Amino acid sequence: MNALLAILFYLATLLFVVGLFHRIRTYAVTPAPLKIPTTPAPTTTGGVVLRMTREVVLFESLFKANLWTWGLGWLFHASMALVVLRHLRYFIEPVWAWVVFIQPFGIYAGIAMLLGLCGLWARRLFVERIRYISTPSDHLMLLLFIAIAVSGLMMKFVAHTDVIAVKIFFQGLMHFSIQPLPADTILVLHLFSVVILLVIFPYSKLLHAPGVFFSPTRNQVDNPREKRHISAWAAKMESEK
Amino acid sequence: MADITPPAYRSFPIIPKLIPGAMEGKGPFVASDKINEAIGFPGHLVDDWHDKAIAKMGDLLSKYRSLKVYMDACVHCGACSDKCHYFIGTQDPKNMPVARQDLMRSIYRRYFTLPGKLFPKLVGARDLTREVLDEWHNYFHQCSECRRCSVFCPYGIDTAEITMAAREILDSVGYGQKYSIEIIGKVHRIGNNLGLPAPALIDTLEGLEEDVKEATGIDVRFPIDVKGAEVLLITPSADFFAEPHIDSLIGYAKVFHATGTSWTLSSMSSEAGNFGMFIGNYDQLRKIALRIREAALELGVKRIVVGECGHAWRVAYSFWNTLSGVGDGADPNDRFAQMLQKQLDHRYRQPTHICEFTWDMIQDERLEFDKSANDNLIITFHDSCNVARGSSMGGYPGGQFDIPRNIIRAVANNYVDMDPSTTHERTFCCGGGGGLLTDDLIDVRVKGALPRMEVLQQVTDMHKVNFMACICAICKAQFTKIMPIYGFDRRMVGGVHQLVSNAIVLGKNK
Repeated sequence: MNALLAILFYLATLLFVVGLFHRIRTYAVTPAPLKIPTTPAPTTTGGVVLRMTREVVLFESLFKANLWTWGLGWLFHASMALVVLRHLRYFIEPVWAWVVFIQPFGIYAGIAMLLGLCGLWARRLFVERIRYISTPSDHLMLLLFIAIAVSGLMMKFVAHTDVIAVKIFFQGLMHFSIQPLPADTILVLHLFSVVILLVIFPYSKLLHAPGVFFSPTRNQVDNPREKRHISAWAAKMESEK
Repeated sequence: MADITPPAYRSFPIIPKLIPGAMEGKGPFVASDKINEAIGFPGHLVDDWHDKAIAKMGDLLSKYRSLKVYMDACVHCGACSDKCHYFIGTQDPKNMPVARQDLMRSIYRRYFTLPGKLFPKLVGARDLTREVLDEWHNYFHQCSECRRCSVFCPYGIDTAEITMAAREILDSVGYGQKYSIEIIGKVHRIGNNLGLPAPALIDTLEGLEEDVKEATGIDVRFPIDVKGAEVLLITPSADFFAEPHIDSLIGYAKVFHATGTSWTLSSMSSEAGNFGMFIGNYDQLRKIALRIREAALELGVKRIVVGECGHAWRVAYSFWNTLSGVGDGADPNDRFAQMLQKQLDHRYRQPTHICEFTWDMIQDERLEFDKSANDNLIITFHDSCNVARGSSMGGYPGGQFDIPRNIIRAVANNYVDMDPSTTHERTFCCGGGGGLLTDDLIDVRVKGALPRMEVLQQVTDMHKVNFMACICAICKAQFTKIMPIYGFDRRMVGGVHQLVSNAIVLGKNK
């Protein structure tokens, strides 16, 4: 089991990094031939950075759209961020002071994350419009996150696992040596779910995370009259004449 | 017309129930061989349409970052699902922006992503069949590219970009829409969307000079093809003869007259509208925009001013600099753009919206108004979608909302805003934009106007509003046609410069 999970983690990380890098590269090299910011839009680069920060940190547009979706979505994402940061302790030695500090908050965040996920799933199941647009993968994606959150919380509140051993396992992985892992079913479920998440990330709607930074309606400066914007393929049309 | 009944107002704006299949159908008329071939599209549906369509989609995905990112990024959160006026008016779930996008996203996933190739059912992917193509033709012509959904999407996904891509794919296999393609043919052949030839145009303008002289006793000119004029006015061709558009044209002429501005129209380039945007075709978008460049170079003008038209202003403001060099800030080595930019006077924004022009003149105290001339009117303002969400005015974010309102307040005493959830960047499309202003789509046009009609009814009930000003030729045409169906007087709609025209004091050149 140790060796299998270790190999899976290596493969999954490889797929995640390569897949994501490839996708981001595609976004970066695909031109945006026209100025299409959704106006009113900032007229300076600084303004665009602020707009993007509000979008990524506060989910500004979603806030305008629907308070329930915003509340549940923000709760889920913010809690998950805290939970991920809390997990840094498995990968660094010695553990940084601020990571030590957030440990207890990370527990509450785990619960909040689960609540957010359940709320989002309820919305998907019971709101007619959202049910109509949901594909099986939309439901499964939520289920996967719920599995990760529940198994994680269970190791805190129901069946403790040997976190020291887990840390040794991951420290070992980082130095290409396979160390023993506690043979707990819940732990294996938790880690296996994370492997799946890493693998599907670059090939699924989870691409919304890098995608938002490349969205022309949000990242373009509104200065079309002041500065000529032209893509390489469009500029070619001018030299052809 | 008589048998068309509008949908009932919602008692308060609640989210409507879904009626699957409510708007199923054939969609708008398909372009004929002659119309298609006139602008280089295949005459009719080609035999190998499946492969051609997929190839075209791949081509667009490599050319437009918007399309690529938007195909990937949607998480089906539903933020947009109740924001489209066509969904609100028709209750057809495929008119929810996300569902409209999914009509294409399902194909993208099948042919361009690994999970869609391996597990199509799981991720909602499907093969491109003839039924899908028909569905595209129908539902991608129930979108007016108004961008309201993009305001609310957490990733800024703009359904307009996807509609444009879908229409371009349809055009590339000979299955495009008659109305838009026919009009593009007219622009190239005659010079404007309405097919008004130069002699008729000159005749119309002479008639207008006589009319204004009769009404005011003043010789207001409507010059055309005047070399060396300072300002070239590019305005939607509807302004030349349609009601109420023409009253705004008279307004522009009076503003130019009162400020002593030398100006001209162009018979070769007598159209601000650019239907190339509606069909998402960069080549057409560019060719149509180049007509304005040509006219500007030929007439040697220093400024280019654009009349009241929504999508035309989006194209002019956001795209002209890119497409034709009408603007500022081209690279010194960019000979194509510099050729024109050297000629233009960069003390002014290029291009300038007529509202920017008039508001600047008001601020410089070069115009005088008798506001009481508009006292019979209680006015509200409909933000046209493409002006609101695809452009700006005045050089600061939100100028596109303030400046038209400032002008109205400067020329009239009675002004009220409509419900704020339906104005500014949250405004609703009139229901006829984006290439839908055609009688074969009257059903969706009437239904799509519902949210605007509801709030107009509110302000008529509460404040006795009897005039809705707007700055778009399509809004004006759409509203005059569908408002009687909702029980309003068609004369309730008009341009901002119609109000300017009513109140302006002439005969005292400052």
